[in-house]
Amino acid sequence: MMIGESTTLRGMNDRIKQQRQASVSAIPTLSIERAVLETEAYKMYEGKVSIPVLRALTFKHICENKEICINDYELIVGERGPRPHAAPTYPELCCHTIEDFKVLDERDKIFFKNDEETRRIQEKVIIPYWRGRAIRDHIMAQMTPEWKDCYEAGIYTEFMEQRSPGHTVADGKIYKKGLLDFKADIKAVMDTIDYVHDLKAYDKAEELKAMDIACDAVMIWAKRYAEKAREMAETAPEPRKSELIKIAENCEWVPAHAPRTFYEALQMYFFIHLGVITELNTWDAYCPGKLDQHLYPFYKKEIEAGTLTREQAKEYLESWWVKFNNQPAPPKVGITLKESATYTDFCNINIGGVKPDGTDGVNDVSYLLLEVIEDMRILQPSTNVQISAKNPDKFLIEAGRVIREGMGFPSVFNTDAIIKELMRQGKSLEDARQGGTSGCVEVGAFGKEAYILTGYFNTVKVLEITLHNGVDPMTGKKIGLETGDPRDFKSMDDLMAAFEKQIAYFIDVDIRGNNVIEVLYAEKMPAPFLSVITDDCIKEAKDYNCGGARYNSRYIQFVGLGSITDCFSSIKKHVFDDKTMTMDHMLQVLDADFNGFEKERQIFLNKTPKYGNDDDAADDLIMGMFEIIYKLVNGRPTPIGGTYRVEMLPTTCHVYFGSVLGATPDGRKAGVALSEGISPVQGADKKGPTAVIKSAAKLDQLRTGGALLNQKLTPSILKGEEGLEHLKDLIRAYFRMDGHHIQFNVVDSNILRDAQKVPENYNDLIVRVAGYSDYFNNLTEELQNEIILRTEQTCF
Amino acid sequence: MTTGLISNIQNYSIHDGPGIRTTVFMKGCPLLCAWCHNPETQVFTPEIVWYKDKCMGCLTCIEACPKDALTAGKNGIKLDMEKCDRCGKCAEVCPTLAMERLGKEMTVEQLMKEVKKDEPFYEESHGGVTLSGGEPLSQDAFALEFLKACKERGYHTTVDTSGFVPQRVMEQVLPYVDLFLYDVKHLDNDQHEKYMRAPNEPILRNLRWLAEHHANIWIRVPLIPSVNDDPDHIRRVGELTRELGLKEIYLLPYHKMAQAKYKRLRLPYTLGFLEDPTEEEIAPLADILRKQGLNVHIGG
Repeated sequence: MMIGESTTLRGMNDRIKQQRQASVSAIPTLSIERAVLETEAYKMYEGKVSIPVLRALTFKHICENKEICINDYELIVGERGPRPHAAPTYPELCCHTIEDFKVLDERDKIFFKNDEETRRIQEKVIIPYWRGRAIRDHIMAQMTPEWKDCYEAGIYTEFMEQRSPGHTVADGKIYKKGLLDFKADIKAVMDTIDYVHDLKAYDKAEELKAMDIACDAVMIWAKRYAEKAREMAETAPEPRKSELIKIAENCEWVPAHAPRTFYEALQMYFFIHLGVITELNTWDAYCPGKLDQHLYPFYKKEIEAGTLTREQAKEYLESWWVKFNNQPAPPKVGITLKESATYTDFCNINIGGVKPDGTDGVNDVSYLLLEVIEDMRILQPSTNVQISAKNPDKFLIEAGRVIREGMGFPSVFNTDAIIKELMRQGKSLEDARQGGTSGCVEVGAFGKEAYILTGYFNTVKVLEITLHNGVDPMTGKKIGLETGDPRDFKSMDDLMAAFEKQIAYFIDVDIRGNNVIEVLYAEKMPAPFLSVITDDCIKEAKDYNCGGARYNSRYIQFVGLGSITDCFSSIKKHVFDDKTMTMDHMLQVLDADFNGFEKERQIFLNKTPKYGNDDDAADDLIMGMFEIIYKLVNGRPTPIGGTYRVEMLPTTCHVYFGSVLGATPDGRKAGVALSEGISPVQGADKKGPTAVIKSAAKLDQLRTGGALLNQKLTPSILKGEEGLEHLKDLIRAYFRMDGHHIQFNVVDSNILRDAQKVPENYNDLIVRVAGYSDYFNNLTEELQNEIILRTEQTCF
Repeated sequence: MTTGLISNIQNYSIHDGPGIRTTVFMKGCPLLCAWCHNPETQVFTPEIVWYKDKCMGCLTCIEACPKDALTAGKNGIKLDMEKCDRCGKCAEVCPTLAMERLGKEMTVEQLMKEVKKDEPFYEESHGGVTLSGGEPLSQDAFALEFLKACKERGYHTTVDTSGFVPQRVMEQVLPYVDLFLYDVKHLDNDQHEKYMRAPNEPILRNLRWLAEHHANIWIRVPLIPSVNDDPDHIRRVGELTRELGLKEIYLLPYHKMAQAKYKRLRLPYTLGFLEDPTEEEIAPLADILRKQGLNVHIGG
């Protein structure tokens, strides 16, 4: 078959069905294996070698000794744990208590089963060594009382207290170079170190040594897979025997050498992926980036040579796909679980977009990937399509066909806006074109940038504290500034001035903490393996966590933009413009959580301009809000040489942030979830998707590192080819207005309500949450309700 | 300044002409179709409706009424139609939107400001503005002025019409209309008078006139079981369409989703006994039209 002559291949074959079934039915467990090996290595090496070398030797010890697991049916190998869905712990970052383990074992959602023996090892071996040494312990010891007050009040969350920085994506170099080539690069830099004049020579040499060891570690791990496959092949019947021999051959070649075939390329990526997520529990795991563009050269060559069929390519891809699903996000507890309550580890694959030379990047593998997504209907990996004005409409229509299935995959990004966003941040045009999005909606220069999310920030909580003159009404504790009794405010300007002072203060407290945490990671937790594959860590002989990447961004992710806009709108209209309510009365109503004041609540809900309706009365306020945040954060420097910037996404944090808040002037009752991303408050958008898009586009999204817009559509609105055509036009129009991202939940509310009642009938129901999809049954009840409430745009 | 009485503005309309459209529903219609699914657009004056399920019983509306037309009764808020002058004060103050004034007077300028908001979507999708109702051409001066304004902005314009207007109106608007969605409900005059309470002769005459003057027309037939769905009638509609040189025909299957609206408007709904036509019933009718060489669309 010729390139471009694509026949669709819907449906999984039997092998993939078996492999997928084994993955989706596996029970998530907690594995103590890595913690034990980590502890052994630290006991052997700590204090005897430099910190980077300690980290590398520890990583190597894990790779040399961990259990090797090859599952039935699979064609791509490699497990982070000893079994699928056996999640390791990272005691050097977060040393769980026995109580934590019990909670992880017993909780209803996002559990990790663990047994007595595991808890015994944790208690006798892990805790005695790591308590007080884990990064989390250092963080908590270093944070000021103000920081802790704010953290406990729910002003912000802290990403790095249980998981390490990561937030990065592979570029194309791992398909052109093997780890032996990277070792040669490392040696070349090592040879040029000037020990006399370069005062950083020692640090550099140690870091390079560590990177070199890290390469060896992953090669050893792969070799052990080759040995295991050959051993299993001895007794396996055909055709599995031949498959295992092929697997062994692959693992003997990659990752040491650059891949030669489509099949090897997939195995190559997976070893790199496992290396990154085993070395540390990086946020958002690791991502393959522009997979279609990376794989296409292999695909094209082999299809043309007749050594690969489209069917085979699809089988390899699907077998590879399941491997991601086998690796749930590492166990999280406490507030970190609340901000990210999911098994998803946010590995997010980019499809489409443009090539480094700026031309249309869509190819036959792009379409093949869309078919794979539709087949697999699986939680991980996440997928997105990158849409440039240069991409054909056909691609967007085909993506729409998958979106219509209702899984929330793929989400849709504006490549042209992303390039502008990256260039505004100082990336070169070529690096920007090779960039894309990962995690939920975050932009990055793939293979060259550490773009670290530091934590979510609760904008609405700051308003609540402003309205209580610095006091958190939930606890009665004064945690903010005294900006005056709001009853004395004469105008909206007075309120905004007070709010701005408060938020500036809280951002300072947050950033002060972030800066300490950044240095803790730089000093104690270098990531030599991740550094090998991130430019320019080798060249600069500097670790990823020390600023070795070419670009370094640090984000604060602001939550509740829609909610706070509607709150401001309500105060402005009723208290200051129409003067139909005094501030005193408004505060009384809120403090009573609307008990006895239902009429006021209805007025707030129904008689107030709301964001999401293309109404400037409300939309001007969100624009003003954005300017305040932007001015306070964007451009601030970080200790390792990075820059702070803003993003607007929530993961599941809008639910947690709502839970720490009392009633708000938008008519929201105490405890209810906030709006997510830049989406309107759930149910406040009454004029359909065009008005939502117009409102959202008023925000200058090009000055962010990502803004998330969620839309719920009923299946009927996407019916037929015309429905897809209209969806395409809707997206194109948003992107023409520089919208960054849009994603769709295409499912009837009635179905969701039924799924709440009879969850066992809906085990496969996947819905869009924030920047990711999840099984509806895995969501907390609050989150389920929140999704049901989001306005469903129906067919007219 | 001419004002129109607007019942609703619907954004992201995708079934009222090509592309993504904004549909403006005008209030008032000379016909009185028994199955009308927009009964709130039948009367040419504003109306006050009360939604029982939304009402929280705060009685704010009663205090606000300058004519003392509202009282609280056993079954909720009662409106004295004699006293009420449809000023809408009650709706203005109602916290829960339980009291609604149907119909809003708008100038062309005000309406243009609203439809202009969706301009990026018209451009991207080759969509535009649709005037619907009610019978939008009954407010002919306003419709004409609005259509002209739309054409000045370069919008694609569609008029969804019953055709029951003086020919003069068609002559006036034709230069500013890119597409007519033209209802043909019944070809037999006695049936038409029975169900529409008006003769079909002006409708068919206008249709012929528009076709002769090269208007772009999509014929729309609301498919009402036992009223106009017998194969012979459909065949005749098809013949007429073909004879006029038209290609596109839409069958709009009856549904009773509007029944609740009738109740709120205190209107009788006489077709409650009808069942929605099934796909199996619609398919042979569509086939008849297809065999006549027409492009048949179901729904819309």
